[in-house]
Amino acid sequence: MPGRACLRDPLRSGTGWSGVDSLEMAAAIRRLSLELCFRHRASHVGSSLSVADILAVLFAQVARIEPAKFEDRDRVFFSKGHASAAYYAAISQMGLIDEGELLENFGVEGSQFTTHISHKVPGVELSTGSLGHALGVALGSAMVTSHRGVRTYVILSDGELDEGSNWEAILLAAQLKIANLTLVIDANSIQSFGRTSEVIDLEPLPEKFTSFRWNCVEVDGHSHAELARAFEEAKNSKVPTCLVARTTKGRGVSFMEDKLEWHYRTPSVEEYKKALAEIDMS
Amino acid sequence: MSRLVEHARNDDRIYLLTGDLGYSVLEPFREEFPDRFLNVGIAEQNMVAVATGLAREGKKVFTYSIGNFATMRAMEQIRYDVAYHSADVIIVSVGAGYAYGPLGPSHHATEDVAMMRCIPNMIVASPADPLEAASVVDFFIEHSGPGFLRLNKAGERCLHDKQVIDVGPDKLLPILEGSDTVVLSHGAITSLMVDEIQASNSTFALYSCPFASGFTSVTARYLVDSYRQVVTVEEHQKSGGFGSAILEMFADARAAGFIANIPPVRRIAIEDQFVSVSGSQEFLRRRAGLTLSGIL
Repeated sequence: MPGRACLRDPLRSGTGWSGVDSLEMAAAIRRLSLELCFRHRASHVGSSLSVADILAVLFAQVARIEPAKFEDRDRVFFSKGHASAAYYAAISQMGLIDEGELLENFGVEGSQFTTHISHKVPGVELSTGSLGHALGVALGSAMVTSHRGVRTYVILSDGELDEGSNWEAILLAAQLKIANLTLVIDANSIQSFGRTSEVIDLEPLPEKFTSFRWNCVEVDGHSHAELARAFEEAKNSKVPTCLVARTTKGRGVSFMEDKLEWHYRTPSVEEYKKALAEIDMS
Repeated sequence: MSRLVEHARNDDRIYLLTGDLGYSVLEPFREEFPDRFLNVGIAEQNMVAVATGLAREGKKVFTYSIGNFATMRAMEQIRYDVAYHSADVIIVSVGAGYAYGPLGPSHHATEDVAMMRCIPNMIVASPADPLEAASVVDFFIEHSGPGFLRLNKAGERCLHDKQVIDVGPDKLLPILEGSDTVVLSHGAITSLMVDEIQASNSTFALYSCPFASGFTSVTARYLVDSYRQVVTVEEHQKSGGFGSAILEMFADARAAGFIANIPPVRRIAIEDQFVSVSGSQEFLRRRAGLTLSGIL
């Protein structure tokens, strides 16, 4: 692409264009998410842990987003705005916000760091918190930026796909063949009052996307190599691409994995210490 | 529409989205600016979301549908994507009030002013005639940020004999001079008010108030100084509509000490009900009691 720096080989999970190692980034996102939720008694740590690898690969290897007001930056829309700890953690690791400020002020009275992400924070394209909004907005944005080589990424949760507004956007994106739009579903199989299979079973999910005329690939949402490869291949598609990233809610902390309660609970001191120890050992 | 086309020639930020409606209305825009026109299909929530995405990239976007579809179907997107982000998106609806009367209550836009009025950053306007409509379009083009343009239908008669009028929130447009009682009318029903007042031997004054937003104590004082009592008229439910905005204006002015007394305000509006029978706009207006005949 003219005027763009070369990507380094994305098939190695490791350092992408940004010079940041995606595995280190993912560990940092997990550590920070735990600390933010613990310190500020916030919910949604399970949701933040499941999306950490997706964010790490996207920011460290794939999307060009710095500096935050760079007109031709790749756009990242984070539709599952409740996993704000993970998103803010990721952009702090990219230098868009100050990590110390984030740790001090997350969810604090008068702070811009609202616990659902806020567009007032540099590095956040859209305030989200109500599910099912960002995909349509990202579509509008992608429509008028593709000619500049901009790629647009949207991260949704699987439960979020219950919202019909997403499907309106999915239909239109295919109709208009918005090929520079890449959607990632953080498919952790648990929503907010039950497992997705018990509430609204979305399977077969990839087939839904292909039947809606998207290019769709299923990946292990915790494999940096698979994620990176899928993001790279999306660039060759003539239609929008969806990555169904199979993940585990609470991934990285054994006692949080695959549990609904960690959508809501904040860790106690002991739980926090144990969780950090596990992240540091992995 | 023709005013929008004129602006679009000079301003390439302007985009027009439709939810699969606008047959025989939007073609001029689509033909002249095909790259800035998009039919999103029957998907109003997505229409507002896409409009927000375009606006976030520097475009000025008009969304278009009829009745309540442009607003109510996409209320959360309007609130959270458009208004909270102060996005440059103007929601356009055609068929205010009972304009699509015979089509039934699904097409009666009679609660939308109330619903849109209370959203921060949202400016609500129901122009009464083509000149007001064109001027309100001019206003929204100049203005940066969200707006709601609530149109009647094509073909209304002109109520102003001037070519240029100054419109904006808090501005009252004089239509008929008078004294003692002032009628403040919002939207296309103003035309009916002109007829009723002129056919009577009353001395009611009549102003058209195309904006339902932004009334100030200055206007409250002007009205109190000039008239003894106020009548508000709208083709909308009583609760929360234009009449409510006027009441709020007087109450706030009184509370702040700008006026010594709140004048009597009689609100002519739909009595918080649905009308389930078929009927023309004229029939439904009569049925809902939208007339000055009881007080002239």
